[in-house]
Amino acid sequence: MISVDLHLARGHHIAFQSTASRVGISGASGAGKSTLLRCIAGLESATGTLSVGGRVLQGPDTWVPIWERKVGWVPQDALLFPHLSVSENLRFGGGDAEQAGEIAQALELEKLMERRPRALSGGERQRVALGRALLREPQLLLLDEPFSALDAPLRLRVMAVLQDWLSVRDIPLVLVSHTPSDWVLCSEHQVASAEGFHLRDP
Amino acid sequence: MSAVWLSLQVGLLAAVLGLMPAMALGYLLARKRFLGHGLLSALVLVPMVLPPVVTGLLLLEVVGRNTALGGALADIGLPLSFSFGGAVLAALIVGLPLYVWSARAAFTAIDPRLEQLAATLGAPPKQQFWRVTLPLALPGLAAGAVLAFARGLGEFGATAVLAGNIQGETRTISLAVYQLLEDPSGQGVGLLVAASVILSMGALLAFEGLNRWQQRRLEQP
Repeated sequence: MISVDLHLARGHHIAFQSTASRVGISGASGAGKSTLLRCIAGLESATGTLSVGGRVLQGPDTWVPIWERKVGWVPQDALLFPHLSVSENLRFGGGDAEQAGEIAQALELEKLMERRPRALSGGERQRVALGRALLREPQLLLLDEPFSALDAPLRLRVMAVLQDWLSVRDIPLVLVSHTPSDWVLCSEHQVASAEGFHLRDP
Repeated sequence: MSAVWLSLQVGLLAAVLGLMPAMALGYLLARKRFLGHGLLSALVLVPMVLPPVVTGLLLLEVVGRNTALGGALADIGLPLSFSFGGAVLAALIVGLPLYVWSARAAFTAIDPRLEQLAATLGAPPKQQFWRVTLPLALPGLAAGAVLAFARGLGEFGATAVLAGNIQGETRTISLAVYQLLEDPSGQGVGLLVAASVILSMGALLAFEGLNRWQQRRLEQP
Protein backbone atom coordinates (compact mmCIF):
# COMPACT_ATOMS: atom_id res chain seq x y z
CA MET A 1 0.00 0.00 0.00
CA ILE A 2 2.74 2.46 1.00
CA SER A 3 6.28 2.22 -0.31
CA VAL A 4 9.00 4.73 0.51
CA ASP A 5 12.64 4.58 -0.54
CA LEU A 6 14.13 8.04 -0.35
CA HIS A 7 17.58 9.53 0.05
CA LEU A 8 17.67 12.82 1.92
CA ALA A 9 20.39 15.40 2.35
CA ARG A 10 23.44 14.51 4.47
CA GLY A 11 23.30 10.82 3.59
CA HIS A 12 20.05 10.05 5.39
CA HIS A 13 18.03 7.22 3.91
CA ILE A 14 14.40 6.42 4.63
CA ALA A 15 12.96 3.06 3.61
CA PHE A 16 9.46 2.11 4.62
CA GLN A 17 7.07 -0.57 3.37
CA SER A 18 3.58 -1.35 4.49
CA THR A 19 0.83 -3.47 2.95
CA ALA A 20 -1.77 -2.28 5.45
CA SER A 21 -3.99 0.67 4.64
CA ARG A 22 -3.75 1.97 8.19
CA VAL A 23 -0.38 1.78 9.80
CA GLY A 24 0.73 2.98 13.21
CA ILE A 25 4.33 3.91 13.94
CA SER A 26 6.06 4.23 17.28
CA GLY A 27 9.71 4.30 18.25
CA ALA A 28 12.46 6.39 19.72
CA SER A 29 12.51 10.10 19.03
CA GLY A 30 14.98 10.97 16.31
CA ALA A 31 14.33 7.66 14.51
CA GLY A 32 12.71 9.48 11.59
CA LYS A 33 8.98 9.13 12.24
CA SER A 34 8.13 12.78 11.63
CA THR A 35 10.57 12.89 8.73
CA LEU A 36 8.78 9.94 7.13
CA LEU A 37 5.49 11.84 7.28
CA ARG A 38 7.15 14.96 5.87
CA CYS A 39 8.66 12.88 3.04
CA ILE A 40 5.30 11.39 2.10
CA ALA A 41 3.72 14.86 2.12
CA GLY A 42 6.53 16.07 -0.15
CA LEU A 43 8.01 18.52 2.34
CA GLU A 44 11.59 17.16 2.33
CA SER A 45 13.85 17.46 -0.65
CA ALA A 46 14.79 13.89 -1.42
CA THR A 47 15.54 11.60 -4.33
CA GLY A 48 14.13 8.11 -4.79
CA THR A 49 10.70 6.59 -5.08
CA LEU A 50 7.50 7.03 -3.13
CA SER A 51 4.12 5.51 -3.88
CA VAL A 52 0.86 5.30 -1.98
CA GLY A 53 -1.87 2.85 -2.94
CA GLY A 54 -0.41 2.35 -6.40
CA ARG A 55 -0.21 6.10 -6.99
CA VAL A 56 3.39 7.15 -7.68
CA LEU A 57 4.02 10.47 -5.89
CA GLN A 58 7.73 10.52 -6.56
CA GLY A 59 9.93 8.51 -8.93
CA PRO A 60 12.71 8.88 -11.47
CA ASP A 61 10.58 11.09 -13.76
CA THR A 62 7.76 11.94 -11.38
CA TRP A 63 7.34 14.50 -8.70
CA VAL A 64 3.78 15.28 -7.74
CA PRO A 65 3.77 18.80 -6.26
CA ILE A 66 2.82 19.05 -2.60
CA TRP A 67 -0.37 20.97 -3.38
CA GLU A 68 -1.59 18.20 -5.71
CA ARG A 69 -0.86 15.25 -3.41
CA LYS A 70 -4.13 15.54 -1.47
CA VAL A 71 -2.55 14.47 1.81
CA GLY A 72 -3.86 15.57 5.18
CA TRP A 73 -0.77 16.41 7.23
CA VAL A 74 -1.09 17.17 10.93
CA PRO A 75 2.31 17.88 12.49
CA GLN A 76 3.09 17.19 16.10
CA ASP A 77 2.53 20.76 17.29
CA ALA A 78 -0.81 21.08 15.44
CA LEU A 79 0.37 24.04 13.39
CA LEU A 80 -2.44 26.58 12.85
CA PHE A 81 -2.44 29.74 10.77
CA PRO A 82 -2.10 32.38 13.50
CA HIS A 83 -3.80 35.15 11.48
CA LEU A 84 -6.94 33.12 10.77
CA SER A 85 -9.89 32.23 12.99
CA VAL A 86 -10.74 28.63 13.83
CA SER A 87 -13.41 28.62 11.15
CA GLU A 88 -11.00 30.06 8.55
CA ASN A 89 -8.34 27.56 9.56
CA LEU A 90 -10.79 24.70 9.16
CA ARG A 91 -11.80 25.79 5.67
CA PHE A 92 -8.34 26.68 4.39
CA GLY A 93 -7.98 23.56 2.26
CA GLY A 94 -11.59 23.16 1.17
CA GLY A 95 -15.06 22.46 2.42
CA ASP A 96 -18.07 24.78 2.59
CA ALA A 97 -19.49 26.41 5.71
CA GLU A 98 -21.91 23.52 6.23
CA GLN A 99 -19.21 20.85 6.12
CA ALA A 100 -16.99 22.94 8.39
CA GLY A 101 -19.89 23.25 10.81
CA GLU A 102 -20.40 19.47 10.84
CA ILE A 103 -16.73 18.73 11.47
CA ALA A 104 -16.59 21.42 14.15
CA GLN A 105 -19.57 19.90 15.89
CA ALA A 106 -18.15 16.38 15.71
CA LEU A 107 -14.85 17.58 17.14
CA GLU A 108 -16.59 19.76 19.75
CA LEU A 109 -15.22 23.01 18.36
CA GLU A 110 -18.50 24.73 17.45
CA LYS A 111 -18.23 27.33 20.24
CA LEU A 112 -14.72 28.33 19.20
CA MET A 113 -15.28 29.15 15.54
CA GLU A 114 -14.47 32.88 15.79
CA ARG A 115 -11.42 32.47 18.03
CA ARG A 116 -7.84 32.99 16.98
CA PRO A 117 -5.33 30.16 17.51
CA ARG A 118 -3.53 32.05 20.30
CA ALA A 119 -6.70 31.84 22.38
CA LEU A 120 -6.93 28.04 22.11
CA SER A 121 -5.62 25.30 24.39
CA GLY A 122 -3.30 22.59 23.08
CA GLY A 123 -6.13 20.08 22.79
CA GLU A 124 -8.33 22.55 20.94
CA ARG A 125 -5.53 23.30 18.52
CA GLN A 126 -5.05 19.61 17.82
CA ARG A 127 -8.72 19.17 16.99
CA VAL A 128 -8.73 22.20 14.67
CA ALA A 129 -5.66 20.85 12.84
CA LEU A 130 -7.32 17.44 12.50
CA GLY A 131 -10.61 18.90 11.28
CA ARG A 132 -8.77 21.06 8.74
CA ALA A 133 -6.95 18.00 7.37
CA LEU A 134 -10.22 16.06 7.08
CA LEU A 135 -12.06 18.89 5.30
CA ARG A 136 -9.38 18.80 2.63
CA GLU A 137 -10.86 15.41 1.65
CA PRO A 138 -7.37 13.90 1.46
CA GLN A 139 -6.48 10.64 -0.25
CA LEU A 140 -4.04 9.90 2.58
CA LEU A 141 -3.95 11.04 6.18
CA LEU A 142 -0.63 11.68 7.97
CA LEU A 143 -1.05 12.24 11.70
CA ASP A 144 1.79 12.94 14.12
CA GLU A 145 0.73 12.46 17.77
CA PRO A 146 -2.66 14.02 17.00
CA PHE A 147 -4.34 13.29 20.33
CA SER A 148 -1.46 13.91 22.76
CA ALA A 149 -3.06 16.95 24.40
CA LEU A 150 -6.57 15.49 24.76
CA ASP A 151 -7.83 14.10 28.06
CA ALA A 152 -8.85 10.43 28.05
CA PRO A 153 -12.64 10.75 27.50
CA LEU A 154 -12.25 13.38 24.76
CA ARG A 155 -9.51 11.33 23.16
CA LEU A 156 -11.91 8.41 22.81
CA ARG A 157 -14.65 10.59 21.33
CA VAL A 158 -12.28 12.17 18.80
CA MET A 159 -10.88 8.77 17.87
CA ALA A 160 -14.40 7.49 17.29
CA VAL A 161 -15.09 10.43 14.95
CA LEU A 162 -11.88 9.69 13.04
CA GLN A 163 -12.66 5.95 12.93
CA ASP A 164 -16.06 6.66 11.37
CA TRP A 165 -14.66 9.15 8.95
CA LEU A 166 -11.91 6.76 7.82
CA SER A 167 -14.15 3.76 7.34
CA VAL A 168 -16.80 5.67 5.36
CA ARG A 169 -14.16 6.90 2.91
CA ASP A 170 -11.61 4.09 3.05
CA ILE A 171 -8.70 6.54 3.37
CA PRO A 172 -5.21 5.20 4.17
CA LEU A 173 -3.67 6.46 7.40
CA VAL A 174 -0.15 6.75 8.77
CA LEU A 175 -0.33 7.49 12.47
CA VAL A 176 2.67 8.29 14.61
CA SER A 177 1.86 7.72 18.26
CA HIS A 178 3.33 6.42 21.48
CA THR A 179 0.00 5.64 23.07
CA PRO A 180 -0.93 1.94 22.75
CA SER A 181 -4.66 2.70 22.86
CA ASP A 182 -4.31 4.66 19.61
CA TRP A 183 -3.45 1.49 17.73
CA VAL A 184 -7.11 0.49 17.47
CA LEU A 185 -7.23 2.85 14.48
CA CYS A 186 -4.54 0.82 12.70
CA SER A 187 -4.29 -2.67 11.29
CA GLU A 188 -0.52 -2.78 11.39
CA HIS A 189 2.09 -1.49 13.81
CA GLN A 190 5.68 -0.65 12.96
CA VAL A 191 8.52 0.39 15.22
CA ALA A 192 11.06 2.98 14.13
CA SER A 193 14.66 2.72 15.25
CA ALA A 194 18.04 3.95 14.09
CA GLU A 195 18.14 0.96 11.70
CA GLY A 196 14.81 1.79 10.07
CA PHE A 197 11.17 0.73 10.30
CA HIS A 198 10.21 -2.81 11.29
CA LEU A 199 6.95 -4.65 11.71
CA ARG A 200 6.34 -5.26 15.36
CA ASP A 201 6.24 -8.96 16.20
CA PRO A 202 2.70 -10.02 17.05
CA MET B 1 3.28 75.77 5.04
CA SER B 2 4.27 74.47 1.64
CA ALA B 3 7.49 72.86 2.95
CA VAL B 4 5.51 70.68 5.39
CA TRP B 5 3.04 69.64 2.72
CA LEU B 6 5.90 68.92 0.32
CA SER B 7 7.74 66.82 2.92
CA LEU B 8 4.59 64.81 3.55
CA GLN B 9 4.17 64.16 -0.17
CA VAL B 10 7.81 63.15 -0.58
CA GLY B 11 7.70 60.86 2.46
CA LEU B 12 4.44 59.21 1.41
CA LEU B 13 5.56 58.65 -2.16
CA ALA B 14 8.87 57.19 -0.97
CA ALA B 15 6.95 54.80 1.30
CA VAL B 16 4.51 53.78 -1.44
CA LEU B 17 7.02 53.45 -4.29
CA GLY B 18 9.51 51.67 -2.04
CA LEU B 19 7.04 48.94 -1.05
CA MET B 20 7.61 46.63 -4.01
CA PRO B 21 11.42 46.77 -4.03
CA ALA B 22 11.59 46.52 -0.23
CA MET B 23 9.22 43.56 -0.21
CA ALA B 24 11.05 41.78 -3.02
CA LEU B 25 14.51 42.34 -1.51
CA GLY B 26 13.32 41.54 2.01
CA TYR B 27 11.71 38.29 0.87
CA LEU B 28 14.76 37.31 -1.19
CA LEU B 29 17.14 37.92 1.70
CA ALA B 30 14.91 36.22 4.26
CA ARG B 31 13.90 33.13 2.33
CA LYS B 32 16.30 32.35 -0.51
CA ARG B 33 19.85 31.08 -0.40
CA PHE B 34 21.88 32.04 -3.48
CA LEU B 35 25.33 33.05 -4.58
CA GLY B 36 25.93 36.65 -3.59
CA HIS B 37 23.39 36.59 -0.75
CA GLY B 38 25.89 38.18 1.65
CA LEU B 39 26.91 40.76 -0.90
CA LEU B 40 23.33 41.79 -1.66
CA SER B 41 22.58 41.91 2.06
CA ALA B 42 25.47 44.35 2.53
CA LEU B 43 24.73 46.37 -0.62
CA VAL B 44 21.19 47.06 0.51
CA LEU B 45 22.60 48.80 3.58
CA VAL B 46 24.99 51.04 1.61
CA PRO B 47 22.69 54.10 1.54
CA MET B 48 22.47 53.92 5.34
CA VAL B 49 26.21 54.15 5.95
CA LEU B 50 27.16 56.35 3.02
CA PRO B 51 27.05 60.09 3.73
CA PRO B 52 23.72 61.19 2.17
CA VAL B 53 25.53 63.90 0.19
CA VAL B 54 27.61 61.18 -1.47
CA THR B 55 24.49 59.11 -2.16
CA GLY B 56 23.02 62.20 -3.81
CA LEU B 57 26.12 62.65 -5.96
CA LEU B 58 26.09 59.01 -7.02
CA LEU B 59 22.40 59.27 -7.91
CA LEU B 60 23.18 62.37 -9.93
CA GLU B 61 25.73 60.29 -11.86
CA VAL B 62 22.97 57.82 -12.74
CA VAL B 63 19.86 59.93 -13.31
CA GLY B 64 21.30 63.43 -13.83
CA ARG B 65 20.03 65.23 -16.93
CA ASN B 66 23.33 64.72 -18.74
CA THR B 67 23.20 60.95 -18.37
CA ALA B 68 21.49 58.62 -20.85
CA LEU B 69 18.91 57.39 -18.31
CA GLY B 70 18.26 60.79 -16.75
CA GLY B 71 18.00 62.44 -20.17
CA ALA B 72 15.55 59.84 -21.43
CA LEU B 73 13.42 60.20 -18.29
CA ALA B 74 13.47 63.99 -18.59
CA ASP B 75 12.33 63.67 -22.21
CA ILE B 76 9.24 61.73 -21.16
CA GLY B 77 8.43 64.34 -18.54
CA LEU B 78 9.97 62.66 -15.49
CA PRO B 79 13.18 64.53 -14.71
CA LEU B 80 14.86 63.01 -11.67
CA SER B 81 17.33 65.77 -10.94
CA PHE B 82 16.49 69.23 -9.61
CA SER B 83 12.83 68.30 -9.56
CA PHE B 84 10.13 66.94 -7.25
CA GLY B 85 10.81 63.46 -8.68
CA GLY B 86 14.43 63.80 -7.58
CA ALA B 87 13.38 64.65 -4.03
CA VAL B 88 11.22 61.52 -3.95
CA LEU B 89 14.00 59.36 -5.38
CA ALA B 90 16.52 60.68 -2.84
CA ALA B 91 14.12 59.98 0.04
CA LEU B 92 13.32 56.54 -1.34
CA ILE B 93 16.94 55.45 -1.73
CA VAL B 94 18.04 56.78 1.64
CA GLY B 95 15.05 55.15 3.36
CA LEU B 96 15.31 51.83 1.54
CA PRO B 97 17.77 50.10 3.94
CA LEU B 98 15.37 50.51 6.87
CA TYR B 99 12.47 49.42 4.68
CA VAL B 100 14.23 46.26 3.45
CA TRP B 101 15.46 45.53 6.96
CA SER B 102 11.90 45.62 8.36
CA ALA B 103 10.52 43.51 5.51
CA ARG B 104 13.30 40.97 5.92
CA ALA B 105 12.71 40.71 9.67
CA ALA B 106 8.97 40.28 9.07
CA PHE B 107 9.50 37.45 6.57
CA THR B 108 12.18 35.77 8.70
CA ALA B 109 9.82 35.68 11.68
CA ILE B 110 7.29 33.55 9.80
CA ASP B 111 7.56 29.80 10.41
CA PRO B 112 8.27 28.36 6.92
CA ARG B 113 6.22 25.32 7.91
CA LEU B 114 3.10 27.50 7.64
CA GLU B 115 3.76 27.80 3.91
CA GLN B 116 4.38 24.05 3.72
CA LEU B 117 1.14 23.46 5.57
CA ALA B 118 -0.70 25.68 3.08
CA ALA B 119 0.87 23.61 0.29
CA THR B 120 -0.42 20.35 1.74
CA LEU B 121 -3.84 22.01 1.91
CA GLY B 122 -3.73 22.58 -1.84
CA ALA B 123 -2.20 26.04 -2.17
CA PRO B 124 0.37 26.46 -4.96
CA PRO B 125 3.30 28.86 -4.25
CA LYS B 126 1.47 32.03 -5.35
CA GLN B 127 -1.49 31.27 -3.12
CA GLN B 128 0.84 30.41 -0.24
CA PHE B 129 2.28 33.89 -0.55
CA TRP B 130 -1.04 35.73 -0.82
CA ARG B 131 -2.97 33.73 1.79
CA VAL B 132 -0.23 33.08 4.36
CA THR B 133 3.10 34.84 3.93
CA LEU B 134 1.89 38.31 2.98
CA PRO B 135 -0.87 38.65 5.59
CA LEU B 136 1.53 37.47 8.29
CA ALA B 137 4.23 39.92 7.19
CA LEU B 138 1.80 42.82 6.74
CA PRO B 139 2.37 44.59 10.07
CA GLY B 140 6.15 44.37 9.61
CA LEU B 141 5.88 45.72 6.07
CA ALA B 142 3.73 48.59 7.33
CA ALA B 143 6.28 49.29 10.06
CA GLY B 144 8.95 49.43 7.35
CA ALA B 145 6.81 51.84 5.35
CA VAL B 146 6.46 54.10 8.39
CA LEU B 147 10.23 54.07 8.94
CA ALA B 148 10.87 54.85 5.27
CA PHE B 149 8.29 57.65 5.46
CA ALA B 150 9.89 59.11 8.58
CA ARG B 151 13.37 58.87 7.10
CA GLY B 152 12.18 60.43 3.85
CA LEU B 153 10.49 63.25 5.76
CA GLY B 154 13.78 64.51 7.15
CA GLU B 155 16.04 63.75 4.19
CA PHE B 156 18.52 66.55 3.60
CA GLY B 157 21.90 65.67 2.08
CA ALA B 158 20.92 63.53 -0.87
CA THR B 159 17.91 65.73 -1.59
CA ALA B 160 19.95 68.93 -1.64
CA VAL B 161 22.48 67.46 -4.08
CA LEU B 162 20.11 65.56 -6.35
CA ALA B 163 16.99 67.70 -6.22
CA GLY B 164 18.31 71.09 -5.17
CA ASN B 165 16.49 73.62 -3.07
CA ILE B 166 13.61 74.79 -5.21
CA GLN B 167 10.78 76.59 -3.46
CA GLY B 168 7.53 74.61 -3.74
CA GLU B 169 9.14 71.74 -5.62
CA THR B 170 12.03 70.30 -3.63
CA ARG B 171 12.28 72.56 -0.58
CA THR B 172 11.15 70.10 2.07
CA ILE B 173 11.11 70.82 5.82
CA SER B 174 14.84 70.15 6.28
CA LEU B 175 15.84 72.35 3.38
CA ALA B 176 13.46 75.09 4.45
CA VAL B 177 14.88 75.04 7.99
CA TYR B 178 18.39 75.26 6.58
CA GLN B 179 17.33 78.13 4.33
CA LEU B 180 15.79 80.02 7.24
CA LEU B 181 18.90 79.55 9.37
CA GLU B 182 20.84 81.39 6.67
CA ASP B 183 18.33 84.19 6.88
CA PRO B 184 19.28 86.61 9.70
CA SER B 185 15.63 87.17 10.70
CA GLY B 186 15.12 83.42 11.04
CA GLN B 187 11.34 83.75 11.23
CA GLY B 188 9.20 80.67 10.91
CA VAL B 189 11.88 78.20 11.97
CA GLY B 190 10.04 77.37 15.17
CA LEU B 191 6.94 76.30 13.26
CA LEU B 192 8.90 74.04 10.93
CA VAL B 193 10.82 72.51 13.80
CA ALA B 194 7.57 71.85 15.67
CA ALA B 195 5.98 70.26 12.60
CA SER B 196 9.03 68.12 12.09
CA VAL B 197 9.13 66.90 15.70
CA ILE B 198 5.39 66.13 15.70
CA LEU B 199 5.53 64.20 12.42
CA SER B 200 8.58 62.21 13.49
CA MET B 201 7.17 61.32 16.89
CA GLY B 202 3.87 60.32 15.28
CA ALA B 203 5.71 58.06 12.87
CA LEU B 204 7.66 56.44 15.69
CA LEU B 205 4.49 55.81 17.69
CA ALA B 206 2.92 54.22 14.64
CA PHE B 207 6.06 52.12 14.18
CA GLU B 208 5.89 50.91 17.77
CA GLY B 209 2.20 50.04 17.43
CA LEU B 210 2.79 48.13 14.21
CA ASN B 211 5.64 46.18 15.77
CA ARG B 212 3.38 45.08 18.60
CA TRP B 213 0.72 44.07 16.10
CA GLN B 214 3.33 42.00 14.25
CA GLN B 215 4.30 40.20 17.44
CA ARG B 216 0.69 39.49 18.38
CA ARG B 217 -0.05 38.29 14.88
CA LEU B 218 2.63 35.60 14.96
CA GLU B 219 1.95 34.59 18.54
CA GLN B 220 1.60 30.85 19.04
CA PRO B 221 0.86 29.60 22.53
